[in-house]
Amino acid sequence: MVPLSHYLFLSAVLFMTGAVGVLTRRNAIIVFMSIELMLNSVNLTLVAFSSFLGNVTGQMLVFFVMTVAAAEAAVGLAIIIAIYRRKQTVNLDEINLLKW
Amino acid sequence: MDLYTISFYMFAVLLLGSAIVVVFSRNIVRAAFALMITLLSIAAFYVLMMADFVGIVQLLLYVGGILVLILFGVMLTNRQISVDIREGAIQTIPAVIVTSTIGGILAGAIWSTAWPMREAARSVAATAPVIGEMFLTTYLLPFEVASVLLLVALVGAALIARRERKS
Repeated sequence: MVPLSHYLFLSAVLFMTGAVGVLTRRNAIIVFMSIELMLNSVNLTLVAFSSFLGNVTGQMLVFFVMTVAAAEAAVGLAIIIAIYRRKQTVNLDEINLLKW
Repeated sequence: MDLYTISFYMFAVLLLGSAIVVVFSRNIVRAAFALMITLLSIAAFYVLMMADFVGIVQLLLYVGGILVLILFGVMLTNRQISVDIREGAIQTIPAVIVTSTIGGILAGAIWSTAWPMREAARSVAATAPVIGEMFLTTYLLPFEVASVLLLVALVGAALIARRERKS
């Protein structure tokens, strides 16, 4: 019997791993994958609550998160590819056109 | 230790190990394949929690869709020019501070809340009919808005990534 808190701790640790990736890595694609990790950890929390409360509404929310994640993946990768075509790099430190 | 507990901890180790590879790997292709293992173990957790439909959608959408998109992104941007880019650990200290703050808040909330100690769903009742019915009754408007959002995002992505036509 695995209690609910184990699932919550697991997704908290996964969220922290993704946050470290977003904050420390400078490759845009790695940052992108770290954001996917954070989204997945939230989905895991939602499904855990849904399963332990016996209520399917949490799983509905997972589908909306997945929809937004898919839209984000498509648009984000398109932007990354467009930037790469223009600047020949995906290093976030060199993409500073809007930086004052 | 029953089989459920053993598989929970086995997949937890797999999940966190591959997530760490995703975040700290120097090789982007290796990170992308580690992300596949992470997403597969998330699907395994969904199956462990008897969320069968979400598990299948996780397989189809994340492993089959988003991961392939990310691999395309990796292959299209990872030429020899950008291999030796500086992957500095310049922001380590702020990152550690922010992440440990997040982790402390989450851990405190998880510890201090009295969660309802019900058993996880163990029955094999299919969730797909319930989800489908809720999509078409209670959540009809968000469902339609999400589909329009997907359409707009895909058209926009095609427009952004397209090579500009010389006119």
